[in-house]
Amino acid sequence: MSLISLSGNLLFVAFIAYLVGTLLFGGAIKSNKPDGAVNRADKWGRLAIIVTIIGLLAHLGYFITRWIYKGHAPVSNMFEFTTAFGMFIIAAFILIYYMYRLTALGLVALPVAILIIGYAAMFPTSVDPLVPSLQSYWLTVHVITAAMGQSILAISAVAGLVYLLKAVDPKKKSKSRFWMEAVLYFGVLVVGFILATVIFKGIGYEADFTYIDTQDSEKEITYYMPAVFGMNDSTLLTDNAMEPIFEMPAVINAKKLTTVFWAFIIGSVIYILVRLVTRRSILDMLHPLVQKVNLNLLDEVGYRSVLIGFPVFTLGALVFAMIWAQEAWGRYWGWDPKEVWALITWLFYAAYLHLRLSKGWEGKKSAWLAVIGFAIILFNLIVVNLVIAGLHSYAA
Amino acid sequence: MEKIICVCGHENPAGTKLCGKCGRPLTEEAKTSKILDMKYDGAAIRSKTRNKSIVDKIWNFFSSVKVGITLIIINLVAASIGTIFPQEFYISVSTEAQKAEYYEQNYGSLGKLYYELGLSDVYSSWWFQILVGMLAISIIVASIDRGIPLHKSLKNQRVKRHASFMKRQRIISEGAITDGDSAKTLNIVEENMKKLKYKVRRDGNALLAERGRFSRYGPYINHVGLITFLAAVMLRLVPGFYVDESMWVREGEMRAVPGMEGYFIENEKFILELHDNETTENQELQGVNVVAKNYQTNAKLYKQTEDSVAGKADNLELVKEYEIRVNHPLQHDGYSFYQMDFRLNEIKTMNFELTNKESGESLGAVSVDLTNPQDEYVIDEQTKVQLLGYYPDFSGFEDGEPQTATPTPNNPAFIFKMTTPEKPEGEVSFVAIQQTIEPNGDNAHKMEFQSVETRNMSGLTVHKDSSIPMLAIGGAIFMIGVAIGSYWNHRRIWVEQLEDGTIRLAAHTNKNWFGIKKDLDSLTESAHLPQYIDQSDDGEDEEKEKEGDSTL
Ligand code: HEM
Repeated sequence: MSLISLSGNLLFVAFIAYLVGTLLFGGAIKSNKPDGAVNRADKWGRLAIIVTIIGLLAHLGYFITRWIYKGHAPVSNMFEFTTAFGMFIIAAFILIYYMYRLTALGLVALPVAILIIGYAAMFPTSVDPLVPSLQSYWLTVHVITAAMGQSILAISAVAGLVYLLKAVDPKKKSKSRFWMEAVLYFGVLVVGFILATVIFKGIGYEADFTYIDTQDSEKEITYYMPAVFGMNDSTLLTDNAMEPIFEMPAVINAKKLTTVFWAFIIGSVIYILVRLVTRRSILDMLHPLVQKVNLNLLDEVGYRSVLIGFPVFTLGALVFAMIWAQEAWGRYWGWDPKEVWALITWLFYAAYLHLRLSKGWEGKKSAWLAVIGFAIILFNLIVVNLVIAGLHSYAA
Repeated sequence: MEKIICVCGHENPAGTKLCGKCGRPLTEEAKTSKILDMKYDGAAIRSKTRNKSIVDKIWNFFSSVKVGITLIIINLVAASIGTIFPQEFYISVSTEAQKAEYYEQNYGSLGKLYYELGLSDVYSSWWFQILVGMLAISIIVASIDRGIPLHKSLKNQRVKRHASFMKRQRIISEGAITDGDSAKTLNIVEENMKKLKYKVRRDGNALLAERGRFSRYGPYINHVGLITFLAAVMLRLVPGFYVDESMWVREGEMRAVPGMEGYFIENEKFILELHDNETTENQELQGVNVVAKNYQTNAKLYKQTEDSVAGKADNLELVKEYEIRVNHPLQHDGYSFYQMDFRLNEIKTMNFELTNKESGESLGAVSVDLTNPQDEYVIDEQTKVQLLGYYPDFSGFEDGEPQTATPTPNNPAFIFKMTTPEKPEGEVSFVAIQQTIEPNGDNAHKMEFQSVETRNMSGLTVHKDSSIPMLAIGGAIFMIGVAIGSYWNHRRIWVEQLEDGTIRLAAHTNKNWFGIKKDLDSLTESAHLPQYIDQSDDGEDEEKEKEGDSTL
C-alpha cells in the first residue's frame, strides 16, 4: 500500500470509529445512572471513549502519513484543513473529557466532528503543490495552533448545545426552541450537502458550459450537479445534461449557488421525512437523552473551554499569523478577509468573557453565545474560504 | 469623602460593598443577597463613588464594562463590513473613476453603493479609527478604575471574617467534624492545604488558605499588553519610523533604494521556478495549469562610502549578497527587502540588420540597447543609422505622430534615418514589431529585424518598521497576561473553629469551581469536615440564569 492510500484508509478508520463512538456515547447517556461527576462514567462511557481514542490515533496516523508523503504539514487546502480541524475537535473533546468526565459531551462532539470530516471529504483530496508564500514553517505553526484554538473553543459550543438540548423545553413554544431546532436542521443540511455530492458524483454527472464573466470575457465551467442556476449568458456544451432553469447575473457564482440549492433540497427532504416518520422534532428526540446531565457543570465546562481556547487561539490565529505575514509580505496585518474574520472571532470571544464576568451571562445565555461563536468559526471556514476570496482562500 | 463605618469599627471608603476588615456586607444590596459579589471585596471603585463633574461622567462612561462590551461588538461589526467586497488596496486600479467603475461592474449597484459610502476603504476611515481609539480609552480607564481597588483588596486579605460574610459565600459548610479530635482539626486543615500548594495563614481560631492570587492581575496585564500594542501601531505615524516603498530593478541593473539613504541594490538575476507536477483536481477546479515554486532575486546590496556624493552610484561598498525569496527577505540595518512582483522577458536589446531590399545584402548590424538608445549608430564612414524617434510602448498614431503609452518597452517602435553610399541624403522609415511604414514609400533599404535580447525585472518592496519591537513586547505582555488570567485562578478557603469545636467553612474562587471543589473534597475527607454545599446548586437542574450586577 502506498503511503498516500494508507493515509486515506486511516482517515476512513477514524471516521468509522467516530460513528461507533457516537452510538456508544448514546448508550452511555441513556443509562439510568446520573452522570456528570468524576466517577460516574459507566462501562459504556469507558468503551465509548476508548473507541474515540482509537479513532483519534487513526486520524493522527492519517495526518502524519500524509505529512510525510507531502513533505509539509497537510493543512494547505480545504480538504486537508477541514479534516485537521475535525481531528483537533476530537482531541479537544478528549482533553475536556478527562478533565470533567462528562460523557454527554461525546454525544454532540463526535457528530459535530463527523459532519466536519464528511464535509471535508467532499472537496478534492489531491496533493497540491505549494505556492512560494505558503512554503514556510510558519504555515505549519500558525495553522495548527489556530485550528487547535478553534477546536477548544468549539467544545464550548458542544457544551452549550448539550446544555440547551436539556434546558430548552421541546413541549413549550419559545424562541429558544425555534432556534435550537434551526441549529439541528442546519446539521441535517450538512448531511444534505454530503449526500448531494456523493449521489451526483456516483452517477458521474457532468455538464460543461461557457459563460460571460464580469470582465465580459468568455470562460468555461464544469458543473457536477444538474444546473438549476446557470452562469451569466451560459451555453450548455454537453449532451444529455440539464439546461439551467434560472440564469444568474455575472456577479453571482451560479455553480456554488446550485450546490447550495441541492444541499438544501436533499437536507430538507431528509428533515421532513424524519419528522413525518417520528412525528417529533429533532430537539424532542434528543432532549430525553441528556436528562441526567448537570447544567451547572456543563455551564462551567463551556466557560472553561473558552478560557483554555482563547489564549491558544490568540497565539495561533493572531500572533503567529502576524509573524508569518511580516515575513512573507513585509506587513504583519493587511486587512485580508481571513485575517479580519480571525480578528472578529477573537473580539467575539473577548466579548463573551466580559459578558460572563460583569453581566453574569451564565447558563442559557452563555450557551447561546458559545453556539454563535462556533457559527462564526464555521463562517470563517466555509464562507470566507469559498465565497469571499482573499490571499488565504483555498478555493479561488 | 464620606466614610462608611462598619459595626466592627473599621472605616471603609464610600462605595465599599464589603467591609475591608471583617467582610460584613455594607450596602443594602449586599445585605439581602444570598451570595456576595466578591470581585473587589473590601475596596471601592472610583466610578461607583463619584459622578459629579464632567470628568467623572466621561470617566464613568469609559469605565463601564457594558460600554466596553458594546465597543467591542461595534468594532467587530465595523470590521466585518470591510469584508463584504474586496477593499480598494486589493484591486489593481488607481484612479477614483476606475474604482467606482470596478465596484459597479463587479458587484452591481450594491458595489456602487459600497464604494460611495466609503466602505471600500473602511479601515482607514476616520470613524473606524475613532472606534478603535474609544476601545483603547475604555480599556485604559476601566483598568485603572478597577485595577487599583482590586490591588488594594488583594493586598488586604484578612483571615478572620464575620459570619455574615462567610454565610453568603457560594460554597459553605457548617457543623461538627465527623471523626477524630476536633482540637487537631485546624492543624490538619493547614497541613492539607499546604500540600495542595495553598498559602495558609492563621489568626487565632481562624484560618485562610489561598492560592493563585497573582492570577487576578492577569486581565490587567493583558490590557497593558493590548494598549502597548495599539500604541506601537500609532508609532507608525511618526516620520522615519515606518518606510514602505516599492521598486523595480532589472537584471544587471543597480538602483538607489528609495527611503534608504546611501544604499543601492543590484539585481544580478531573477529566477522563476515552476512545479512540474501533473495538474491536480484542485488546480483544475481553479483553472490553473502550473503553480509557481519559487520567485527569487539574486541581489547585491551596496552602501556608499562616507565621502561620496549623495545619489550617485560611485564609491560603493558591497554590504550583502543575498537570494531574496518569498518568506526570505534580505535584512539589513532594520530594513527588509521583500520579493513582491516580477516581469519576465522585458526587451532589453533589439538587433537589426541594415539591408538592401533588392539584393538582400547586409550593410551592417545595428543593435539598439533600449535602456540606453543612441542618437546615431555608425557602421562605416558612409553608412550610418540615426535614431530620430524611440517609442517604448507604441500605441498608435495621433495626428500623424507616434505615441507611447508607458515608458516600459512593451512594444518598442523607432523612426530610423538610414544613410548609405547609395542614398547619401538618407531614407526615413518607421519600424515597429511586425510593421514598417515608409513615409515616401520607396526606400531602397530597410532595417531588418534579427533578434531581441530580453531580461527579467524584479519587483521588490523595501520596509522598515521600527515599531516592531514594541509590537512584539505588547503582544508578549498580552499573551502572558491572558495565560495567567486563564490558566490559574484565585482560590480562597476560610475556616473557623467556633467555641464549641464546630467548623464554619466558606470558599470562593474567581473561576473554576470544579477545581476548588476537588480541593475541598480531599480536604473534607482527610480533616473529617462536614460536607459542604454549593448554594448556587439549590434545586439542582433548575435553569441557571443569574442577572448579575447590571450596573457594571
Ligand atoms: C479587545 C479588547 C479586549 C480584550 C482582548 C480583553 C481581554 C480580557 C480578558 C481575557 C479578560 C479576562 C477575562 C477572564 O478571565 O474571564 C479581561 C477582563 C476584563 N476586562 Fe478586558 N479585554 C478587552 C477590552 C476591554 C474593555 C474595552 C474593557 C472596558 C470596560 C475591559 C475591561 C475588563 C475588565 C473590567 C475585566 C475584569 C478584570 C477583573 O477580573 O478584575 N476589557 N479582559
